[in-house]
Amino acid sequence: MKFRNDQIERYARHIILPQVGGRGQRRLLDAKVFVAGAGGLGSPVILYLAAAGVGTIIVADDDEVSLSNLQRQVLHTTTRIGEAKTASAARTVADLNPDVHLIAHRTRLDASNVRALIAEADVVLDGTDNFPTRYLLNDACHVERKPLISGAIFQFEGQVAVFRHDGGADSPCYRCLFSEPPPPGAVPSCQEAGVFGAIAGIVGTIQATEALKLILDIGEVLSGRLLLIDALSMKFREIRVRRDQACALCGTSPTIHELVMLDDPQNCRREDFNG
Amino acid sequence: MNDPAISASIDITRDVCPITFVKTKLELEELAPGEVLEVTIREGESLENVTRSCRSEGHEVLELRHVEGPIWRVLILRGMD
Repeated sequence: MKFRNDQIERYARHIILPQVGGRGQRRLLDAKVFVAGAGGLGSPVILYLAAAGVGTIIVADDDEVSLSNLQRQVLHTTTRIGEAKTASAARTVADLNPDVHLIAHRTRLDASNVRALIAEADVVLDGTDNFPTRYLLNDACHVERKPLISGAIFQFEGQVAVFRHDGGADSPCYRCLFSEPPPPGAVPSCQEAGVFGAIAGIVGTIQATEALKLILDIGEVLSGRLLLIDALSMKFREIRVRRDQACALCGTSPTIHELVMLDDPQNCRREDFNG
Repeated sequence: MNDPAISASIDITRDVCPITFVKTKLELEELAPGEVLEVTIREGESLENVTRSCRSEGHEVLELRHVEGPIWRVLILRGMD
């Protein structure tokens, strides 16, 4: 199918790139991604994927826009306080790029809906910041064989990693890296921790970059590596992550055979879930 | 001298950089290696940029022929992927 003239102009800077070209841009337009959360990480993720022309973006979030979100959640606006984040995301994306079909699910991820939500996606991005959902998404991506791009932020720090549940020999999963959630009380609750707004932009745009590279099948993604970012010193470093033979999910004798949502030891209010 | 067989033609005389090269590149992607694209183009920046970019992406500029006024015709042999 030929590009329309407006698409040639919109995607010109992509098409010029030898690694993208018209074929790559067509792949992006044909791609489907799932984004968990339209908050701090989901905002830059959704904005950059939509701007890039990723044709279908499926978003799940059950929260409403609040004033305290706007310090970092750049998808939303002051006039939309009280509106569902999914509805706000759909409006922003429609304004940004009408080529993009945003499918909004105003729902919270749980063990009963997560597989169906990610089933159609080529790539899954985690924009949540609570441990139960992170483990659930990892386990569901393993079952559905979807690549998972994980991001997390805390105060001035960020982490990004890609887990190739879609194959890729020896690629570890989130549980290989963190076999269990931290014990209750070990991590300050999201209400008391605080987060430097711009770190959400750094981590989210790295997640979006990795998603686009996976769709285009170019470069080298952060698989088997955990990227650690400290915005205060502005240092990036990475640590190797190996597949854990004893992993309860992807090891040689797995003990996890069904999707279960863990209890949330932090008991965060929903408002604070999305970074 | 016989002209090589032309597989496709585009006129980018009304386009400006970088759309000139973008349209040329999209047409070349539709061709098989070894096929020839005829491009009608304005002299100056457009002509220079499009021929340079095509060469850098592995295509071959077979012929540059002045048509009239500022208009030129360029034949580009599509390179390998």
